[in-house]
Amino acid sequence: MAKNNKKADTHHEVSAMKKIIKHKLFIPIVFLMFLLLINIFIKPGFLRISLGKDSSGNPVLIGNIINILNNATELVILAIGMTLVTSSSKGQDISVGSTIAIVGGVIMRVICGNETQPTRLMAPIIVALILGCLAGMACGAFNGILVAKFNIQPMVATLILFTAGRSIGSMAMGGLKPKAVASFGYYGNFIPGFPIPTPIIITIVVVAITFLVLKKTNLGLYTRAVGINDKSSRLNGLSPARIKFLTYVIMGFCVGIAGFVQSSRVQTVNPYTIVPGIEMDAILAVALGGNSLGGGTLNMAGSIIGAYTIQTLTSMLTTLNVNTNAVPVFKAVIIIILVAIQTPTVKKFFSSKVPLSKLATNNGKERG
Amino acid sequence: MQNILLTMKNIYKSFPGVRALQNVDFTLCEGEIHALMGENGAGKSTLIKVLTGVYSKDAGEIHIKGVDKPINVKSPQEAHKLGISTVYQEISLCPNLTVTENLFIGRNEDLLVNWKKCNKKAESILESLKIPAKPGQQLSNCSIAVQQMVAIARAVDMDCKVLILDEPTSSLDEQEVAKLFSLMRELKSRGVGIIFVTHFLEQMYEICDKVTVLRGGELVGEYQVSELPMVELVAKMMGKELGDLANIQNKGKLNAESSKEIIVEAEGLASDRGIKPFDFKAHKGEVTGFAGLLGSGRSECVRAIFGADRVIKGRLKIKGEEASITSPLKAMKKGIGYLPEDRQRDGIIGDLSVRDNIILALQTMRGFFRPFTKSQAQAFAEEYINILGIKTASADTPVSSLSGGNQQKVILARWLLTHPDYLILDEPTRGIDIGTKVEIQRLVLKLASEGMSITFISSEIEEMLRTCSRLIVMRDLQVVGELEGDDMTQDKIMYTIAGVSK
Amino acid sequence: MLKRKQAPSDTAFLLTITISMFVVIYILSIMFLGDKGFNKIQMLFNLFNENAALIVIACGLTVVMITGSIDISVGGVTALICTSCIVCLNKYDFNFFTALILALAIGLAFGAVQGFLIAYLEMQPFIVTLAGMFLGRGLVALIEVNQIQVDNKGFELLSGARIEIPFLGDINKKGVFIQSKLEYGVVVALIIVFVMLWLLKKTNLGRSFYAVGGNSQSALTLGINVKKTRFNAHLLCGLLAGIGGFLYLFHTRSGSVQQATGLEMDAISASIIGGTLLTGGVGNILGTLFGVLINGLVLLVVTAIGNQDPWWPQITRAGMLCFFIVLQSIICSRKKK
Repeated sequence: MAKNNKKADTHHEVSAMKKIIKHKLFIPIVFLMFLLLINIFIKPGFLRISLGKDSSGNPVLIGNIINILNNATELVILAIGMTLVTSSSKGQDISVGSTIAIVGGVIMRVICGNETQPTRLMAPIIVALILGCLAGMACGAFNGILVAKFNIQPMVATLILFTAGRSIGSMAMGGLKPKAVASFGYYGNFIPGFPIPTPIIITIVVVAITFLVLKKTNLGLYTRAVGINDKSSRLNGLSPARIKFLTYVIMGFCVGIAGFVQSSRVQTVNPYTIVPGIEMDAILAVALGGNSLGGGTLNMAGSIIGAYTIQTLTSMLTTLNVNTNAVPVFKAVIIIILVAIQTPTVKKFFSSKVPLSKLATNNGKERG
Repeated sequence: MQNILLTMKNIYKSFPGVRALQNVDFTLCEGEIHALMGENGAGKSTLIKVLTGVYSKDAGEIHIKGVDKPINVKSPQEAHKLGISTVYQEISLCPNLTVTENLFIGRNEDLLVNWKKCNKKAESILESLKIPAKPGQQLSNCSIAVQQMVAIARAVDMDCKVLILDEPTSSLDEQEVAKLFSLMRELKSRGVGIIFVTHFLEQMYEICDKVTVLRGGELVGEYQVSELPMVELVAKMMGKELGDLANIQNKGKLNAESSKEIIVEAEGLASDRGIKPFDFKAHKGEVTGFAGLLGSGRSECVRAIFGADRVIKGRLKIKGEEASITSPLKAMKKGIGYLPEDRQRDGIIGDLSVRDNIILALQTMRGFFRPFTKSQAQAFAEEYINILGIKTASADTPVSSLSGGNQQKVILARWLLTHPDYLILDEPTRGIDIGTKVEIQRLVLKLASEGMSITFISSEIEEMLRTCSRLIVMRDLQVVGELEGDDMTQDKIMYTIAGVSK
Repeated sequence: MLKRKQAPSDTAFLLTITISMFVVIYILSIMFLGDKGFNKIQMLFNLFNENAALIVIACGLTVVMITGSIDISVGGVTALICTSCIVCLNKYDFNFFTALILALAIGLAFGAVQGFLIAYLEMQPFIVTLAGMFLGRGLVALIEVNQIQVDNKGFELLSGARIEIPFLGDINKKGVFIQSKLEYGVVVALIIVFVMLWLLKKTNLGRSFYAVGGNSQSALTLGINVKKTRFNAHLLCGLLAGIGGFLYLFHTRSGSVQQATGLEMDAISASIIGGTLLTGGVGNILGTLFGVLINGLVLLVVTAIGNQDPWWPQITRAGMLCFFIVLQSIICSRKKK
C-alpha cells in the first residue's frame, strides 16, 4: 500500500515511523516481503518474467511470480469471502472446499451433459458460470440460515456441508468423470493469443469488485458492527441475522467463482480430491492478514496479501524440493508464531517491545 | 452490645475518571442482617467487590473478627478462606452439574471424590437449611430461588462468617422470596452476619435490622431500620440538591404548555419483558421522564416504544398516525432515537472508530447502498466532536478507549445526527463525571426548546426534576402515577414510588 | 416473574434420542435387510471392529468439547502415529510395546503442547489445533511419502489375533457354523469407554470439565483451576488420540499421508450426534459411543440397500448430522426462554 511508502518529514520522522509500524498491513506486508526475499536469495532468477510459447504456439508469460499470482487465484477469492464471514459471525466456514466440489460438479454437468468425452459444449459457458455461482450461493444460504437463524456456531453448521459436499458434487455429475472440451480450459489457463493467465485477470476483476462493493455499500461497516456487538447493532437499526446471512451468501458466490476457475484448469473435476484442505488455507489467510478470528475486524487487503503469502510459501518450498505434503509443517510453525505473538499473555511478556496485536486494530490509543 | 464481625473504615476506591468510593465506613455484627442500599452508581457493588477482593482498595482498612491485623483481600478465593462468601444475583454455580457437585466441587484437589459420602452430607445440609432440592438433581432443573439457596448453603458449609447477598431477590416471585427469607433468618440465628444488597424497599423493611445508605460513592449514613420511615429512606437514597447543578433552569415547562402537538402516543402498550400495559404521550418540545427505582420497568417502557423489545399488546401513534413498530429501524425512520441504559452492552460498538459510531444510526437509515463518503463521515464526526466537546485523539480512535462520559457523548452524537423528533435518553448520566452530567442536562433543555420531544430517565431524582416537565412514576413494572407542574416535588415523587398516599 | 419449568435434563433427552435411533435403525435393518447380513452377529462385530479407533478418538474429542474447546488435530496425529510406528517397527526393531509407547508419547506431546497454548496462552483452540493438524500430516510426509505396510512378524501376529466367544456365531449358507470374530482393539475401546464414563461422572477432574465448559466464570468462583482443567482436557484428548491412533494402526497395519483424513470431523460429528454441545458443558461418553456406531451403521445400511451410487452414505450422514444440530439448537433456544 502506498501509505507505507510515504516519505516522512525529518521533523516527524519518529512518529511517521511509528505510523508505518502501527499500520494494520505492516506485518502481513513485511512477512510477504520477507518470503519474497528468501525466494530471490535461493533462486536468483525468481523475479524474471519472460514471454514463451505454449504447446500450441500461443504466446504466454512464464515466471515464478506469474505462477504464484496464477495459482493463488482460488485462495484469494475464497479469502475474500472468508474475511466477511469471519468478521460478521465470529467463526469460519469450513465447508468451502466441499462446496467447490459441488460447484465443480454442477459446472461439469452443465457443460458436458451426460457424456464423458463431449466434443462440444452442451451449454454456453456463461450458463455454467451462473449455475455454478447459484449452486455456491445456495450452499452459502444453507450455512447462513443455520448460523444466523438457528444461532449455530459457524464451524458446526458448516460441518454438515463439509461432510456431504464432495458426495453431492459427485452426485451432481452423475458419477461420471467427464473431460470438457479444450475451450472451457481458457478460464483456468490462457485465452489463445493473450499472454496473461486468465485466472490472474479473474482475480483482478474479483478484487476490484470487492473493493468497489466495500466502497459503494455499507457492507464493511455493517459486518464489523454486527461482529463486534450485535445487540447494539440491532438498536441502531441493523438486522444482525440478515447481515450474517448475507455474508454467507457472498461466501457462496466466491466459492462459485473459485470453483469455476478450478474446474477450468484441467477441464475435469474429481469431487473427492479437488482442492483438498483449501478451507484451512483460506482461514489461515484471514488470520495472516491481521484479522481476528473472533470477528469484528475487516482487513480485506490483509487477507488477500495473506493468501498470496501462503502461495509464495508453498512455491518456495517446492523450489527447495520439499514434498508438497510436507508443506503444512511450515504452515503450522508460522501459524503458531503469528498467533502466539498476538495473545495477551505473550504480549504482556513483551510489553516493552512494539505491541503487535494493536497493529491490526488500534491506531494511537488515548484516553479522553 | 452485639459482637462486631466486620468493619470497613475510610474506604477509598477510584477508577479512571470516576471516584467510586470516598471515605466509606461499614460495620457488620454477628447475627445481623444489614442492608446496603443506594441507586445506580452509588457504590454498592464497588464496596462489595472491594470486600471480596475483586477490586483492590485505594485506601482504608478492613478488619474481620478472628484476625488481629487489618486484612488485605486479594482474590475471591482468599475472601472465602477468611469466611467472606458472596451469592450474586446471577447464579455463580454451574447449572449443568448436580446439587451435590455444586456444593462440593472445587473445594479440594483430590482426583477421587467419594460422591456417596458427599451426597449424604449434601442431604443433611439441604435438610438442615430446609432447602427443597435433592442432592442428585441437576441444578438447572431447580428454580432460581433454590439455586440461590444452594449457593448460600455452599457458602454456609464452607464456614462463612460474612454472607453477602447481592440482589438475590430480583428474579424471584413472592413465595420464593419468603423461602429465601426464612433461610436468611435461620442463618441469622446461627450467628452469620448477612449483607443484603437490594433495591426492593419492602423486602428490606421485612428482613433487615440495619441499613447503610450510599450515594454517589459516599456514605449517607447507617440507620436502624425500625427507626427509618420509608419516605425518609427514599429521600436519603435519591439525595438532595447538588450545588453545581442548581443553576440549571427548567425552561422546558414553558414550552410544554404552549405546544399541544403530540409526537408520540402509546395506548395500552405492553412488551414481552413483562411490563403492564401503559399509556403515554409526548408533546413537541416537552421533556418527559419515567421515574421509579431500578427494576421498576422504566427502561422496558421506552424499549417497547422504540421496538427494541417485542410489543405484544397496545397501539402506538406517531404524530397522530398509527405506526406499527416491529424493529428499531422502523422506529428510527419514524423519527425516534434511543440511547440505551447499558452503554457497554447495548450502546457503543467498541472496536469501531468514534467516526463510525457516530454515523452508524444515520447510515442505517440512509440505506445499505448509499454509504457516506469518508469526507462526509469525517465532517459529521468532527462537527459533533466539536459541538459536544468529545475528548478523543481523533475520529479514528476506537470508541472503547474513550472514558465513560465521552463514550456516552458519542452515542448522543449518533442520535442527534439523525435529527429525531422524539429522543429517548435512558440513564444518559450514569457513571459519568459531574461536569459531563451538567452538559448533558443543559443540552437536553436546549434541544427541547428547539422543539424536540425528549424522554429523560435517570436514577437521580433532582436531575429529572430539573429537566422534565412531566413525570410518569413507575413501581413493579407498572405505571402508578403521573406528576406535572407543581406536583413535581421530591416528596411527591417519593410518596408515589413508596406507594403512600398523602 | 421468571419461573423454570421442570424438564428432564437435556443431556438425558439427547442421549435417549441417539440410542433409540440406533436401536430403531438396527432393528429395521435386521427386518428388511436381514439377507444382506444384518441378521448375523458378525455384522455387529464388524461395526465395532471397524470403528474401535474412532470410538477412542471421539471420546477424547467429547472431553475437549465438554470443556468448550475443540481439537481438529486428531486425524493428523493418527496418521503420524501410524507412519512413525510402522517405520520404527520395520526399520528399528521396535516391538509391540515400544511402538505403543511411541504412539502414546506422540499423542501426549501433541495434547500437552496444544493444551499449553490454549489454556495458558489463551490462543484460539481452532487455530492451535489446525496448526497441530498441519504439523501432524506434514511430519508424515517428512518421514515417509509413500504408503507403507507393517513388516514386523510379532506385531502382525498380535494384530491378526481375534477373540472368539463360544457359541456366538452364525450359520452360513452351507449350514456350517462360523464363529464370530472380534478384534482385541474393540476390547480396548470398550474398556476406555467405561473408564471415561467413570472419569467424567465420578471424579473431581471429570466434573471440573463440565463445570468449566458450562460456565468458566462460575467455575472460577467455585474454586476450580480453570486453566489447569482446560490443559488437562487437551492432555487427555492427546492421550486418547495416541491410543486411538495405535488402534487404527493395529487395525489397518498401514500408513500414508492421506490416512485418516477427515477423522477429526467424523469424531466431532459423532460427539455432536451423541448430544455433546460445541458450546461446552453438555455431553456424555455413552452418546459419543452411539454416535460413532450410528454413523458406522448408516454407512453399512446405505451400502446394503443396494444403491450403486457412492455418494449416498456421506449425504445421509450429513443429513443426520443436520437433524441433530438443528434439534440441539432448538432445545438450546427453548432453554434460554
